Amino acid sequence: MNSRLSVRARVALYGALCLLALPFVFPTWWMVTSSVKPVSDIFAFPPSLIPTEASLSAYRRVFELQPFAQQYFNSGYIAAVVTVGTLAVSSLAGYAFARIRFRGQQVLFVVVLVGLLIPSEVTIVPLFRMFNSWGLVDTHWPLILVPILGAPSVLATFIMRQFFITLPAELEEAARVDGLGRFATFWRIALPLARPALGAVAIFTFLHSWNLYLEPIVFLSTPEKFTLPQALTQFVDAYGGPMWDVQLSAASMTAIPILVIFVIAQRQFIEGLAHTGLKG
Amino acid sequence: MSVLTRDTVGRAGDRSAPGGAAPYRRRGWWTTRRRDQLAGLLFVAPQLAGSVLFVLIPLGLVVWYSLHEWNVLAGTFEFVGPGNYQALAEDPNLPSVLRVTALFSIGLVVFNLSLALLLAVLLNQRLRGTVVFRTLFFSPVVVSLVAWTIVWGFLLQDDGGVNGALGTIGVDGPNWLRGDWTALLSVIVVQVVKNVGLNMVLFLAALQGVPAELYEAARVEGASAWTRFRRITVPLISPTILLTSIITVVGSLQVFAQIAVLTQGGPGTSTTVLVYYLYQRAFQFHQFGYGATLSVLLFLIVLVLTVVQWRMRRRWVFHEQ
Repeated sequence: MNSRLSVRARVALYGALCLLALPFVFPTWWMVTSSVKPVSDIFAFPPSLIPTEASLSAYRRVFELQPFAQQYFNSGYIAAVVTVGTLAVSSLAGYAFARIRFRGQQVLFVVVLVGLLIPSEVTIVPLFRMFNSWGLVDTHWPLILVPILGAPSVLATFIMRQFFITLPAELEEAARVDGLGRFATFWRIALPLARPALGAVAIFTFLHSWNLYLEPIVFLSTPEKFTLPQALTQFVDAYGGPMWDVQLSAASMTAIPILVIFVIAQRQFIEGLAHTGLKG
Repeated sequence: MSVLTRDTVGRAGDRSAPGGAAPYRRRGWWTTRRRDQLAGLLFVAPQLAGSVLFVLIPLGLVVWYSLHEWNVLAGTFEFVGPGNYQALAEDPNLPSVLRVTALFSIGLVVFNLSLALLLAVLLNQRLRGTVVFRTLFFSPVVVSLVAWTIVWGFLLQDDGGVNGALGTIGVDGPNWLRGDWTALLSVIVVQVVKNVGLNMVLFLAALQGVPAELYEAARVEGASAWTRFRRITVPLISPTILLTSIITVVGSLQVFAQIAVLTQGGPGTSTTVLVYYLYQRAFQFHQFGYGATLSVLLFLIVLVLTVVQWRMRRRWVFHEQ
């Protein structure tokens, strides 16, 4: 792996990589370009890679058919709140499990870890009933509270714990001798050092919330309260057939902002995810 | 310096010395140990409360509901004991659901892990532009799941892009989402392409941790590329293989949105995996009691698979001493 590759090997490698990249790249490319094509061109074959005539009429209809701006806002603010909340809950818990010695620590850690084993589909029925009895069905509360406090944040806590374990103890000892309390030590010493882990947790928490599908369709019934994944499936004609151009426009709008952020920050994205506690 | 030493000693004494050695300038009862006890509990309190409220209690409730005949539309909620479990054993759909679930999970895990490893090995070569390819392979991870699935649903239609592409090389492609096994295969491929980037990145990080001298030594000994891969790479990255396979197996049992959007479990029941069947029974047929029974089954499957994999780590995961 360390020697330099021959020209022939390099050509073969590039060929293989390009071929393999097709199914990864083409759907996104096709989604974005087709969203500005006239409907008839969407079905044309061979598919035109670059639209000959571009129109944004399908984009306009997205906003006419659904309260799409509101739904966009819903997804965005829910994902933001969930991300901030998860960072707070998981860094506190992860820090305590890693660095504070207290009675019951082991048992409580195992209790929390149970959440890793519970698919959200398992608990969806009782959760629905719970939120129903609190009068919170068809509100955003279940989509905010459950991810921050429930099973989805457990993985975040686990990652934070794995990270805090690797911090050298001397840093904290010195801080405590200087008279800093536990929370101040956590806030001023440990947390700033945990930026890579916090970044990774923030990224996958945001994506998880942004992609959530089962929970919205179970909990929400008013179109004004829908989130994006749920809204995307609503662009159907009177016979239940999908309105492709409108659907693709809406899909493009949900994908492009995140893709742009990803391409700009891809190094932090990928390396943040790769080099945290997930490394086993 | 001396302060640091005293502090370390103090901490050690804190644990063992009776009555608390009280190395700090704390007054009486309010010792460091008590402060830590309180701080620890307060720090984990939100997560713990959430786990109890949104994980453990619902889990208990699921078991309790599974002992009831509960139909929301009919307004019934009555205790039937093991009735739902008998119904489960006699459910004519269950063998098909379990078979589809097993095929789906095995197919997904095998395809995902081998593709992730292949991509990681390719990207680990000394080659210009690997960062670009890494970005491309990872990009579906950040594309909204339902958007991704909708686009593939279009491409996989009979007259869609996939068959068009096959047509150019003279292959008459099937109607992917309408055939039994092609529908299952389609859902697997769509899901793998969406998420394989995550495992690829984890493998890549692991591969970069394999010391190059090992490969050099093996090369000097005349080991072939395949032997080097099997005898050096695989053992050294086996902890990552274990981790990714646990995550992928558990994840494969939770695939819902893709099936709901692509095939709705069809054609027939050929893509009705356990999670989708559970959703149908609970939320489309309003049989919450039976849905809860299926939830218990799903939880037990996840639990058993995780424990089995965790046990297997001793057998084949390589540990550096």
